[in-house]
Amino acid sequence: MADKVLMKGNEAIAEAAIMAGCNFYFGYPITPQTEVAAYMAKRMPKIGGTFLQAESEVAAINMCIGVASTGKRVMTSSSSPGISLKAEGISYMAGCDLPALIVNVQRGGPGLGGIQPSQSDYFQAVKGGGHGDYHLFVVAPASVQEMVSLTAHAFNVAEKYRVPAMLLADGTLGQMMEPVVLDDLKVEEHDKSWALTGTKMEREHNIINSLSMLPEELEQWNIDRYKRYDMMEEQEPMWEEYMMDDAEVCVVAFGISSRVSRNAIMAARANGLKVGMIRPITLWPFPKKALRAAADKVKAFVTVEMNMGQMFEDVELATRCLKPVLKCTRTGGCIPTPEHVLSVIDEANKLGGEQ
Amino acid sequence: MDCKRIVLLAGHYGSGKTNIAVNLAMELKREGKSVVIADLDIVNPYYRTKDSQEELAAAGIPLISSAYANSNVDCPALPQEIYSIFANKENYAILDIGGDDRGAYALGRYTPFILEENNYEMLFVLNQFRPLTRTVEDTIEVMREIEAAAGIRFTAIVNNSNLGVETTADDVVGTAAFAEAVGNAAGIPIRFTTVWESIYEGVSAQMEQVVPLHLQDKRLWRS
Repeated sequence: MADKVLMKGNEAIAEAAIMAGCNFYFGYPITPQTEVAAYMAKRMPKIGGTFLQAESEVAAINMCIGVASTGKRVMTSSSSPGISLKAEGISYMAGCDLPALIVNVQRGGPGLGGIQPSQSDYFQAVKGGGHGDYHLFVVAPASVQEMVSLTAHAFNVAEKYRVPAMLLADGTLGQMMEPVVLDDLKVEEHDKSWALTGTKMEREHNIINSLSMLPEELEQWNIDRYKRYDMMEEQEPMWEEYMMDDAEVCVVAFGISSRVSRNAIMAARANGLKVGMIRPITLWPFPKKALRAAADKVKAFVTVEMNMGQMFEDVELATRCLKPVLKCTRTGGCIPTPEHVLSVIDEANKLGGEQ
Repeated sequence: MDCKRIVLLAGHYGSGKTNIAVNLAMELKREGKSVVIADLDIVNPYYRTKDSQEELAAAGIPLISSAYANSNVDCPALPQEIYSIFANKENYAILDIGGDDRGAYALGRYTPFILEENNYEMLFVLNQFRPLTRTVEDTIEVMREIEAAAGIRFTAIVNNSNLGVETTADDVVGTAAFAEAVGNAAGIPIRFTTVWESIYEGVSAQMEQVVPLHLQDKRLWRS
């Protein structure tokens, strides 16, 4: 028996979730994430778990609220339009302080959009999407292997801070096949004393609720939640630095865009340009410190993303606009080519002094 | 390559059916045979036969595919031209069936024509490195589900076991015993083993009946 298996990204997410102790999945089919549900439908009955194809995305996310309230690991998945439908439930989940994993295998938008890969739900993932003051813990894998490790990590962090987590992938990562090692994941145990498990007449009953008609009480809930967000901003940012030691131009790219960028950087290095990359692995919390530190060293940044320039705004914020930030964007289901990235790197390299 | 007039390729999704279908059609054409290829995959709109339409057209191989494939209409429709495969018995035909039993349901409506003519082979494309076909038991389950959906039995196995770009010759050779065991359990032979052309020499030095595949790799990244 081989140690490695050849998996689609969507399958890897599903199997990793099961290995991370998720025995409950509720979802609704939508291209390009349908294999998550298809895989769960095959596997869950075999491990005594629950797979349920809900009547809608709205129903699926509310089923997740129910399971999460009992302290069990639960997951739903969809693609862009379906995530918009789930937005109300995600906000309720955040308001109820419930951990769960929401997977978004993005496709082009807005509206019904297309079925080809996209990263245009960045704002939706990191700035809300639903109503109210809240954040999700957002991870952005760049390989099928990372879809395994980050699925488990997202469950762990969600439970540690009692927040919903989102794994933000795209149609390319969901559909592409790569060899993976499945045991490359960690499962942590966190306090679940808040869960609805029955008091057995031995403790006070727990309440899971996001409603308060008392403004001061609701404000306090938000303030308490933001203390946890502050801890997350301090402790949970993840990023990868690639060839940054002597870099004069810093590419910032996440997910599949970082794979394309890596090839462009190799080509730029071959042309004698000093280029590196900071790849955010967590999109919220954003790796602000790494970018702020890079702003003291490089002369310009290039954001490469499959949207009209969304993470671009967070890079400008994180670097306090100390250095110019150039955009390299494709959208609507198009993927930037290494040549396109290289041309914007060239442009960035000409900024900030004679070369 | 000696084969029946109609070659049906079915199996677990992601097992490599489409790539093998395109390569087989090209091989038959090279041998001077008249061949058509039909895309019956109405389940997954990503990575389908139509992605190779330019190469097929250049080789002079007609592609029968849904008018809605790779279009704005996400509609699981089959083209009427598929019936021409059963009417025109001079051509060879390669049929690329959608993955799993869900994909194989689409074949069911043509099964009476195929069985009546009885000049077909139904090949199960196997990749031991895929997570749901790693044991004989699981693999037989997938086979039986597809057969039930399509209304037709497999006649042989194509061993396409691979780990993508990382596949070594030894990886492939190491799956031969497994493929044999699946064949024994299902009561059907191994038709051939398919490998990417880059490792063809290494594999064919150790095994018989090895067929090299040329892969259409359109990725924009290498690492």
